[in-house]
Amino acid sequence: MSASADPSLRLRYRDPVRARQLSAALVELVGEALVATRSERLAVMHVCGSHEQAIAKFGLRSLVPDTLDVIMGPGCPVCVTDMPEIDEAVALADHGITVATYGDMYRVRGSGRSLADAHAEGAPVEVVYSVSNAVELARASVGEVVFFACGFETTAVTTAAALLAGVPENFSVLSAHKYVLPAMDVVAQLPDSRIAAFLAAGHAATITGSAIFESLAQRYNMPVVVAGFEPLDVLAALVKAVEAIRDSDARVFNLYPRCVTYAGNLPAQECLWQVFECQDGDWRGIASVPSGNIRLRSEWRAYDARHRFASVRPKAVAPAEPDACICGTIMIGRANPVDCALFKAGCTPQDPIGACMVSSEGTCRIWHEYGGIPVLQAAR
Amino acid sequence: MCLGVPGLVVAVDGNVATVDFWGVCKQVLLDVVDMPVSPGDYVLNHVGFAIRRIPPEDARATLELYAQILHDEPQDLMAQDIRGEVAAMRAR
Repeated sequence: MSASADPSLRLRYRDPVRARQLSAALVELVGEALVATRSERLAVMHVCGSHEQAIAKFGLRSLVPDTLDVIMGPGCPVCVTDMPEIDEAVALADHGITVATYGDMYRVRGSGRSLADAHAEGAPVEVVYSVSNAVELARASVGEVVFFACGFETTAVTTAAALLAGVPENFSVLSAHKYVLPAMDVVAQLPDSRIAAFLAAGHAATITGSAIFESLAQRYNMPVVVAGFEPLDVLAALVKAVEAIRDSDARVFNLYPRCVTYAGNLPAQECLWQVFECQDGDWRGIASVPSGNIRLRSEWRAYDARHRFASVRPKAVAPAEPDACICGTIMIGRANPVDCALFKAGCTPQDPIGACMVSSEGTCRIWHEYGGIPVLQAAR
Repeated sequence: MCLGVPGLVVAVDGNVATVDFWGVCKQVLLDVVDMPVSPGDYVLNHVGFAIRRIPPEDARATLELYAQILHDEPQDLMAQDIRGEVAAMRAR
């Protein structure tokens, strides 16, 4: 067991007194919200791997009442990258074209292999920490370099900025960037959805602003609370969410004002949408997400690897998740990692089967690291 | 991948800032930050780019928490993500 499973370490808040106050407030508010909504349980969904890290690492689920489910939705961009997108990157690498990508993406399998598998077989694959690393790689190389770009809008902005700043001719982008807002929409409208409020990811909202969640809040009559990433930020956001559920107050609340404004980062948005546009696409485990994929605009076609290497296509394979893997159900918040027969029993960070066990933002990877619910409850 | 790490701006040269992360200076791109950035400011950084100027008191508290995680639990998942964000920036 990792050192972080020690409750004394996990309860290391900036202000323990405030943490206890928020926890006490939640007990009261959840009780009132259950009465007001005539429900037996409440569910609040967040959509960010960094939120889940804070929740699991600091044992926040042990500080909320049992009747409040804090659920992670599709908040891991690497996990929701569709298998055929990974197949595209693997096909390019197999073809001898250098593919540069983030470390989390490197190990996720497509319908067959991962980029790491292709690399092990001699294909040119490079792990990078930023788009700038990939551009430098292209500058230092005579051959073609494709940046297999993943991440939500916060990360897509940096890919756009690199293209706008100028890249060498041998550089192109294979975009698997995802736009998180439409996925929240898809999850909210699933039949029998139990979600009563969303926590929105603070750093995506730093770019897009809190205003973009207003239509979601109105459409589903559901409060949306923009939340920061420290334990107290998440607890405070949960308190606000439950209070708003109690009051049927379906507005957007910005509880991360030190980073997020109503309109967001306008120069960053301009940069993002100058280079990219939203297209409909399949997300792994979720099926089709309207406007969920961030793809290069036709004006940037010359730097679009899908256009430049249109002849290098993976064999069409019907993507199928490994038997017994329930990553898809976990990503829409309908199951927890501990509900999966493979969790810790065949599927581990060292030898992952599903995408959620690979990325540091995947629910399974995070629960594996921090022990999941049973340990957290024991720490109460 | 959306974690973001705050740092203290020590110099600005065009669209590149030199930013201090726990005593290590790195280069951060200012292409998409929405406010003027000067030495002494704190910025929130993601994969090599500053995305927001942030209030010093909040930045310092976050840096303190992250420093504690990096020191006490260097192999921790969050520590790895913090190190990844710092590694994304070019050395000065």
